[in-house]
Amino acid sequence: MAQFRLPANSRVGKGKTFDAPAGVTNVKQFKIYRWNPDDGQNPRVDTYNIDMDNCGPMVLDALIKIKNEIDPTLTFRRSCREGICGSCAMNIDGTNTLACTKAIDEVKGAVGVYPLPHMDVVKDLVPDLTNFYAQYASVEPWLKNDNATTQDAERLQSKEERAKLDGLYECILCACCSTSCPSYWWNGDKYLGPAALLQAYRFLADCGDEATGERLDALEDPFKLYRCHTIMNCSRTCPKGLNPAQAIGEIKKMLVQRAG
Amino acid sequence: MSQSQPSTNRPMSPHLQVYRWQITMTLSILHRATGVALTFGAFALVAWLVAVAAGPEAYAAAQACLHSPVGAVLAFGWSFSLYYHLCNGIRHLVWDAGSGYSMKGLYTGGYIVVAVSVALTAATWAVLLGGAA
Repeated sequence: MAQFRLPANSRVGKGKTFDAPAGVTNVKQFKIYRWNPDDGQNPRVDTYNIDMDNCGPMVLDALIKIKNEIDPTLTFRRSCREGICGSCAMNIDGTNTLACTKAIDEVKGAVGVYPLPHMDVVKDLVPDLTNFYAQYASVEPWLKNDNATTQDAERLQSKEERAKLDGLYECILCACCSTSCPSYWWNGDKYLGPAALLQAYRFLADCGDEATGERLDALEDPFKLYRCHTIMNCSRTCPKGLNPAQAIGEIKKMLVQRAG
Repeated sequence: MSQSQPSTNRPMSPHLQVYRWQITMTLSILHRATGVALTFGAFALVAWLVAVAAGPEAYAAAQACLHSPVGAVLAFGWSFSLYYHLCNGIRHLVWDAGSGYSMKGLYTGGYIVVAVSVALTAATWAVLLGGAA
């Protein structure tokens, strides 16, 4: 059952404010979710006033500046800083995206930064993605081809067959889409969510995979697949411009066609 | 979501509290809300039909309810719910057929559904009120 309020231990309190250095004129305010597993306190939102004349253009630049110069306890994931690793996925200005590709000047007023929504928080902006990865593994994201007649020969793929994977293979598993989905918020333990389902479709759409029937059997479930109510927040928020909702629609269509 | 390592008292990150309302999710929850409204409206419709069958006094009482300010507002809301749920249902059918998933398609379809349901509601009440006058 959907629980709309946060549990008592998760309600967010007021935090500290860090002022910009004296004499700085070009200031941008960042309001950042903080939670420390070691102090026994509830989460809080700290406010950082950042000198934008000495800061890079992206939200991740500001987070790194805060960690380096203002508050080394601020904890977040980051790696490639160019939108290909998916580590710095978080909720910025109300929608999920990658901190490294989100320009600060796209945000009017203070920049709110929260972890990906409705997830267990490990610390500050770091969510626990264990369940998300387990769901990815559950769609068996590898080519299955046990047919003896095709084992020893090269299997050619036409350009048209290859083109079916465009818009699917680019997914970086940042979890922005799944954690933007209200249906995943309420049923994330049983509903696979848009990211895992897009991956499921990536292998259904691949002509090199021969396990289509088995894959569809596994997905034909009131929760795993059909908790998608076409809310469409997933496609709206994907930082790579992919369309998980469409992939889910294609799976539903395949199941209908199979039923005849 | 219950996940690994329950020994730590990990908080749940904010969701509805921080997620900016998107048109996509607004139209979706409106579909469900109008569906619920239609269910209750169906009871009211049945009650009205029962009153029609029960004789002139019961019919007069039902009509008085319908023409009271509260009744009129509910009837207006029910008519919009009917048209919105109907139009958005067609939008769902288009999706089920595999079309209209592009971002542009999502927004265009959404705006059309809202515009058509408002227009149908307005037209219905123009006819009803025009007939009454």
